[in-house]
Amino acid sequence: MSTEVAPPGEEEVGAVAVVSEHLTPDDRIWLLRSMLLMRGLEERAMSLYRQGRVPGSFYDGFGQEAVSAGAAFAMAPEDRLCVLHRDLAAHVIRGVAPARILAQYLGRAAGVTRGRDGNVHFGDPELGCVGMVSMLPDMMLVATGMAMAFKLRGERRCAITWFGDGSTSRGDFHEAMNWAGVQRLPVIFVLENNQYAYSTPLDKQFAVDPVERAAAYGFAGVTVDGNDVEAMFEVTREARARAVGGGGPTLIEAVTMRMHGHAAHDDMKYVPKAQVEEWRAKDPVDRQAARLAALGVDVAEVRAAVAAEIDLATEEALASPMPDPETAALDVFCSGEAEVLGDGVARWSGWVERS
Amino acid sequence: MPTMTYLQAISSALRDEMRADQRVLLMGEDIGEFGGAFKVTDGFFDEFGPERVMDTPLAESAIIGCAVGAAVVGLRPVCEMQFADFISCGFDQLVNVAGKMYYRQGLAVPLVVRMPSGGGFSGGPFHSQNPEAWFMHAPGLKVVAPSTAVDAKGLLCHAIHDPNPVCFMEHKHLYRRVRGEVPDGVFETPFCARVAQPGSDLVVVCYGAMVEVALEAVADGLDGASVEVLDLRSLVPLDEEAVLDSVARCSKVVIVDEANATCAAGAQVAALIAEKGFELLDGPVVRVATPDVPIPFSPPLEAAVLPNVERVREACRELLAY
Repeated sequence: MSTEVAPPGEEEVGAVAVVSEHLTPDDRIWLLRSMLLMRGLEERAMSLYRQGRVPGSFYDGFGQEAVSAGAAFAMAPEDRLCVLHRDLAAHVIRGVAPARILAQYLGRAAGVTRGRDGNVHFGDPELGCVGMVSMLPDMMLVATGMAMAFKLRGERRCAITWFGDGSTSRGDFHEAMNWAGVQRLPVIFVLENNQYAYSTPLDKQFAVDPVERAAAYGFAGVTVDGNDVEAMFEVTREARARAVGGGGPTLIEAVTMRMHGHAAHDDMKYVPKAQVEEWRAKDPVDRQAARLAALGVDVAEVRAAVAAEIDLATEEALASPMPDPETAALDVFCSGEAEVLGDGVARWSGWVERS
Repeated sequence: MPTMTYLQAISSALRDEMRADQRVLLMGEDIGEFGGAFKVTDGFFDEFGPERVMDTPLAESAIIGCAVGAAVVGLRPVCEMQFADFISCGFDQLVNVAGKMYYRQGLAVPLVVRMPSGGGFSGGPFHSQNPEAWFMHAPGLKVVAPSTAVDAKGLLCHAIHDPNPVCFMEHKHLYRRVRGEVPDGVFETPFCARVAQPGSDLVVVCYGAMVEVALEAVADGLDGASVEVLDLRSLVPLDEEAVLDSVARCSKVVIVDEANATCAAGAQVAALIAEKGFELLDGPVVRVATPDVPIPFSPPLEAAVLPNVERVREACRELLAY
């Protein structure tokens, strides 16, 4: 079993290095579009938070859009996803309407969790997604269990989940990696290495780059430039092929940077300014936009369409009602049949062609 | 109707459910070829194979977390904790992931966690606990605790059919000591209390291994008093109506927990009676429970803390004389 450990070279970062031969021009536009939607929705939510309309705090994935966009784009409708809080693009690709996302942030009844959980603590069961919990990386085990079921039933499907560098320190990381390795399961673990777990930098988190641990658990580990959406797509596409082909799990370490604080209340003064500046030059949205512009795509038009969609979604979300307080204690238990997760939307031309 | 032990009844429920429903699979440590630490799954490996009687890595969090994943894509996992005590290593997945999923996400998590619990055999601080109250306090989890063979099977079948996570507290001390007639095939016992012995002067409210203790304590009639024994069977949901009915009938209540006293299931029953049954009482609510200490190893120390027949009898006598 080979373990590829290839940190992104300086010459690749910031350039338009990787172009997947599996992406059509429309695919590449969709990748940009999903990142723009994520960034735009989060920026809108942040301003609504500052206006006091988003309760609690607000967590975003500014600067990390390529990680969820590229990886989720490689997933088939029948695959299942456990999406994390800096991975909004996965929900966008999977088919969650922007108005529902904003309603979710606003704690409205029309939000995906009907006001029962906040931020990106959601997954639309009908779209094959499981909502995360705050304890990280708990969802690694849930994804492992889904993959286990797929393998037991002989299905050609996979599960994917995301988590951060801080998550690699907890026992559930080990338990999931070990279980997935022992049972050789069709699961993809995306380690979103964004340099900080809240304020804790990498050198206080681990002594060895976690991607190297994959070999110890008996499966492939790959490092990828997490700010290149097409590279993210390609490495995930390969991991999925390995998974459904019986080749076992893959740990993908997506190297990126959390460009905002841990949450809206965090000014991240612990991050050196030079580090932020260095990563600003590698912005994933700008990079994909430049790549498409060079191909002759009217990027301004894509941006304008996304902006208009977000404006409409904002109006719809703000007009939607708050949940009825009378319902707060209802539905703690399921009293009907247990519905299984449904299939999601898959935008990649590879899936469109297949159907 | 066949007679079987409490342990055989649990095995029978699992076997019948697995025969009836391909989605049911067992996950746990040493449950496969070895048949489990207590031999509940003895012979299952040969009948159902290694995939449905899955030997897992020694990782309780993973067992429950993976069971959640399997459940939401259509399987019906039944997890075995080798000892209930070890659930502390899987607490987060059970309480935060499984328990809250339906409320938060509208996604049902049909799974059962079997927890061999209870003391009385020098298991020491890590093999003797009754952790049911941990889960009563965690919204979204059901908690049941059978005291008889027939209920062990009926409640377990019902738990496997339930679309929610169910903590199935099976008392180790009952495994081979309790036996009774148990029907063949799948049958369900709803999650509600039962009157184990009817009476009208005093009711002993209890569950699990304490039902047997209570029945023995009152067997000689307690100086002619008519004593009822109410077996809760289910702690979540708690059968409030059955408790209040018994209180209305008997007016005097002794509540017995093998668990540590503070915030135990019996404390919840006492609170329920104080809130909704105060007018029905003809004396103080009396509790017999294990004091708030770890369960000690050495026999005289363990015997000193666990409720027993004598303590229950004494509590009943005192209350009857009130």
